[in-house]
Amino acid sequence: MILSLRRWLTFGLLAATPFVPAYAQLSIEIVGGAASAIPIAIVPFDAEATWPLGITGIVGADLSRSGLFRLVNSDGVVPRPARALDVQPAVWRARNADAVVVGSMRPLPDGRVGVRFDLVDVVKQVTLASMSYTVAPAQFRATAHKIADVIYEKMTGAPGVFSTRIAYIAKQGPRYQLMVADADGFNPQSIVSSNQPLLSPRWSPDGTRIAYVSFESRKPVVYVQSLVTGARRAIANFRGSNSSPAWSPDGTKLVVTLSKDGGSQMFLMNPDGSGVTRVLTSASIDTEAVFTPDGKSLVFTSDRGGTPQIYRVNLATRQIERLTFEGDYNVSPRPFPDGKGMAFVHRENGRFEIATLDFATHQMQVLTSGPSDESPSIAPNGRMIIYANEAGGGGTLAAVSTDGRVKQRLVAPATDVREPAWGPLPRS
Amino acid sequence: MRNILFAALIAVALVGCSTTPTKTAPVVDNSGAAGASGAQTSGAGTGGVNGNAAGNEAENPLHNPNSILSKRSVYFDFDSFVVKDEFKPLVEAHARYLQSHPDARMTIQGNTDERGSREYNIALGQKRADAVKRMMVLLGAGDSQIETVSFGKEKPKNPGHDEAAWAENRRDDIVYAGE
Repeated sequence: MILSLRRWLTFGLLAATPFVPAYAQLSIEIVGGAASAIPIAIVPFDAEATWPLGITGIVGADLSRSGLFRLVNSDGVVPRPARALDVQPAVWRARNADAVVVGSMRPLPDGRVGVRFDLVDVVKQVTLASMSYTVAPAQFRATAHKIADVIYEKMTGAPGVFSTRIAYIAKQGPRYQLMVADADGFNPQSIVSSNQPLLSPRWSPDGTRIAYVSFESRKPVVYVQSLVTGARRAIANFRGSNSSPAWSPDGTKLVVTLSKDGGSQMFLMNPDGSGVTRVLTSASIDTEAVFTPDGKSLVFTSDRGGTPQIYRVNLATRQIERLTFEGDYNVSPRPFPDGKGMAFVHRENGRFEIATLDFATHQMQVLTSGPSDESPSIAPNGRMIIYANEAGGGGTLAAVSTDGRVKQRLVAPATDVREPAWGPLPRS
Repeated sequence: MRNILFAALIAVALVGCSTTPTKTAPVVDNSGAAGASGAQTSGAGTGGVNGNAAGNEAENPLHNPNSILSKRSVYFDFDSFVVKDEFKPLVEAHARYLQSHPDARMTIQGNTDERGSREYNIALGQKRADAVKRMMVLLGAGDSQIETVSFGKEKPKNPGHDEAAWAENRRDDIVYAGE
């Protein structure tokens, strides 16, 4: 599915613009890793050197960038193992590896390539995974990400997010672009380009559309754009300001913030802009609404208590419950995929930091130190949070694991990047 | 919240007090009370032709640097959307202009400094724009004459990162249709 989407994406982009300039790519580096990283050896696949772009290099980069794996030297084992039954556990245990990845690649008559790999646990001496793919060389990168996903899931229990995409806003001088790139920063594509601000990119649950706010009409207007066709529609362009879109988990509704009836209030609507229904009526700011994963409630920011805090409203009963109580500024709620808590922005002594809240224990954990951290977005496996921060006058992105141990920095040269949004898991 | 409501009530009450003796209301603007009221009178006179502020007439009070109407910005304190006393004459002058030019249309653009959530700042800027509109409507401007929008922190006038820059960016701008 992800492969044909990329083909459509390229088609859509070429159809929309007369040329495709090279975009500064996001580079991602680990700046803090988990203390207990899993040592894993990735042996170059048999015949992999036949092609200029291999697969195992990308697999290794994905796994080590996650902060949960440490690559063990795989050189110098002769003969080089290509199948699980070639793997000698003692050899790899001597190198302190817990797991080994071996595989092979075979050109097929129609120009495609057969890729297969085995993941072997050399401690328990069992094969954890055995997969094969038939792909064109142009799909090697995507295949490598799929393989990394399988390894990640087998070793950690959580789905890998190496095949996902991230959206973000890139600003260079007066120019704003809504970019979509692979989760490792590769293949950046410009989806929208404007001389007026863009913000709040939000993926539809099926990954085919993005909602966003654009100031091209000299006021904030909410658009929904197809990543498949490039076509877009202004779904909220009422009098006053239109902003803060968020999708329902089933993709049939959006919640937006509108000032058309006074103040900033939350409204539900269909993805084509029809069916506008007000959620609450208040004299306060009610904004930044997002659906909970079960689709039954909205979590939102409101100043109804005197300072910006986060609340939850049940859409059936319209009962409202306050969620944050520490400090005088808690905004930008993002519920976790498992529904058990949320990430948000917490201000402490003037510093804006990313924090998490457990709904059951009401315990808050501050994950970053600011001073200007904003717009968190949670990876679809619930393990990483990407966010924006200001570093030395220019905006950069960063990511932190939900236990706070793994830290990454994402930079694009000469570009102010902000407003990251992590896309959904691919549907395959 | 209560304090803000209280302050708003006081603000409304003060405006109410000064509405009747309009000509004697203190004018903080340095362009001078005589110039201001003179501009308003001539503005009202020519307003019969067309309230459209895009007119290039040299006498257009909206663009006359001697008129308070050429002043278009209201500044706010941190985390606040209360219109301070020093800006009430400016707000009042524009409200009177709208009242005497029924075809005139205005947009009030609310802005915030760079700190905090982008979306929350759009709402805060909106609240600042709405505060000035509310005051103008109370003073006789028509609700349909004024649109309020927010730029949040997206379009700062001062790109700096200090208190001075932040103060300059916490601001409503008044823009007439056609400008």
